[in-house]
Amino acid sequence: MRFGEVTAVRDVTLGIRAGEFFSFLGPSGCGKTTLLRLISGFMEPTEGVIRIGGRDMRGIGPNKRPTALIFQNLALFPLMTVAENIAFGLEVRGVDKETRRKKALELLELVAMPEAVDRKISQLSGGQRQRVAVARALAVEPKVMLLDEPLSALDLKLRQHMRAELRAIQRRTGVTFVYITHDQGEALTMSDRVAVMSRGVIQQVGDSAAIYDRPATPFVASFVGENNWLFGTVRNVAGGHAVVDTPFGPLRGRAGPGVAAGGKAILFVRPERLTLVDGGATGPDGLNRLEAAVSHADFEGNFANIFFSGAPGRRDIVLQLTNDGAIPNLSAGTRRRLAFQPDHAVVLPEGELASE
Amino acid sequence: MREVVRRYGVALTGYMVLACLAWTLGLIVLPELMMVDYSFRPNLLFVEIGGPKDVHTLANYETLWRNTIHLSIFFKTIWGSALVTVVTLVMCYPLAYFLGQVVAADRLSTYLLMLVVPFWINEILRTFAWFIILAYQGPLNALLLWLGLTAEPIRFMSGDGGVVLGMAYAYLLFMVFPLYNAIETLDHNQIEAARDLGAPTWRIHWRVVVPHAKPGIAVGCIMVFMLTASSYAVPAILGGPSSRWFTQIIYDWFFEGQNWNQGSAYAFILLLLCIGFILVMMRLFKVGLADIAK
Repeated sequence: MRFGEVTAVRDVTLGIRAGEFFSFLGPSGCGKTTLLRLISGFMEPTEGVIRIGGRDMRGIGPNKRPTALIFQNLALFPLMTVAENIAFGLEVRGVDKETRRKKALELLELVAMPEAVDRKISQLSGGQRQRVAVARALAVEPKVMLLDEPLSALDLKLRQHMRAELRAIQRRTGVTFVYITHDQGEALTMSDRVAVMSRGVIQQVGDSAAIYDRPATPFVASFVGENNWLFGTVRNVAGGHAVVDTPFGPLRGRAGPGVAAGGKAILFVRPERLTLVDGGATGPDGLNRLEAAVSHADFEGNFANIFFSGAPGRRDIVLQLTNDGAIPNLSAGTRRRLAFQPDHAVVLPEGELASE
Repeated sequence: MREVVRRYGVALTGYMVLACLAWTLGLIVLPELMMVDYSFRPNLLFVEIGGPKDVHTLANYETLWRNTIHLSIFFKTIWGSALVTVVTLVMCYPLAYFLGQVVAADRLSTYLLMLVVPFWINEILRTFAWFIILAYQGPLNALLLWLGLTAEPIRFMSGDGGVVLGMAYAYLLFMVFPLYNAIETLDHNQIEAARDLGAPTWRIHWRVVVPHAKPGIAVGCIMVFMLTASSYAVPAILGGPSSRWFTQIIYDWFFEGQNWNQGSAYAFILLLLCIGFILVMMRLFKVGLADIAK
């Protein structure tokens, strides 16, 4: 999709299955909103084709497509009551007043808010408005529900509650949900599959485990969850593993796509997969060892992040320890040994990383 | 009030209040009160003022009911003003919508400028411009003849056509800007949401845009009606002898008949009409005085 000189989205070839909860995950400006507007019909692609249910959607406007869009700011009609908002799509289709009210009540039952039927929108809380927006979209019985970062304006607890609710509604109605967000927690917990996007290109499509444990590109590895980046050159590749020469010594991890001997690479290992050890350079059990000096520590309640100085010019290495009551009190400058299993690390060729 | 004093100090605030009070009292309230008083008194020779014949009476108001010609012109003025209001509303709504929702932000000021520039010219001169355009041998007739739309020139200015057109044009901005202000505050997402739910354009306007723009519509209608009902120059220039406006009668009472008392009574009736219209509109559209002031 080109806007003048800027290509907002390119080379997307993607199939979303019926009844799936599919998310597009990426930072702002990655093109996910553009994609949503293309699917809903508010924009026509400059190249390529969009098909819903096998039908080519070219030239079909947003009011005629079998999609329903939930806007980021919800866009509920403030001058209508809750029931009128929900029944708007039916009113447009010429459904009579009684049936409209009945349907509105049914949908309110579905989103667990039947008592709000005649209230004004201004009397509703954030979470309630969310649910009215969902009910309004479901009223037109779309084949595809498109959700544009609907939870971004809510506070943490409410967001977590709504995640579960939206997932439950999707399961109950069986409608295909296409969800866009920059919050990977949301994407991973709610979706059947996730597409990670950056700068208009889809980096990887897969289920939550695949995205988290088997990232295909450095962007995915660095954007999804917390990850440690260790830069180096590949020494060799054998049996699905690669050994990388880093400033901390040789380290071994699973070889990702595109890794070749002699090439520049990054070894990714998650903070929660590191452990503190005492002992030699490489354990006999094949564990990798690296030694570093403590920089500072953050206690976050249920876990603690301990930061170690990384290679010169690079970010700190983070170790995450669950709060089992035995978090060591490490002073700045203390040198300790960190270890991890080779299978818990991924080596990927150097490439675009998520910005901090 | 306290805030104003705090910001500007007592002296400056005092001056502002006094100046406004003096202006309002001296230039608006007192002359109005004098006029109302005049309207209740008979038209007397100078020497008889203060004498026994100087009583308060409703005679001046009765003249209107008894004079059928004046009465018919009065009702025609009401009807004409209402017509102009509706015509202006219909013309300005699409324009205001275009400015408020369709135009990109960077082009907006250009369009607004194009709209406003003609109004820098004096109203009388603009009305004369229409006089020229609508003349029997004027450019509009020439164009219609040349396009073959009519066989012979139309007399736009005998009858009410010219007056309605002239006034709709003259008070255009008073309708466009309140409408534009109201429509501009509408969240564009709501229009898109309505479209996404399947609504055709007319329904989007009927159910989403117009309800939102109601205060703007009310204000615009009030302004245009008031201005039209009390307009003197436009009907005088563009109207033929058969389409006299009530203001022209008031003028005649004052300057032809030298009967200020009678003229005052008529003027006060016109004022009551306008106030009545405002109250009706406020009720109908459920707008408060504060909305109108904005």
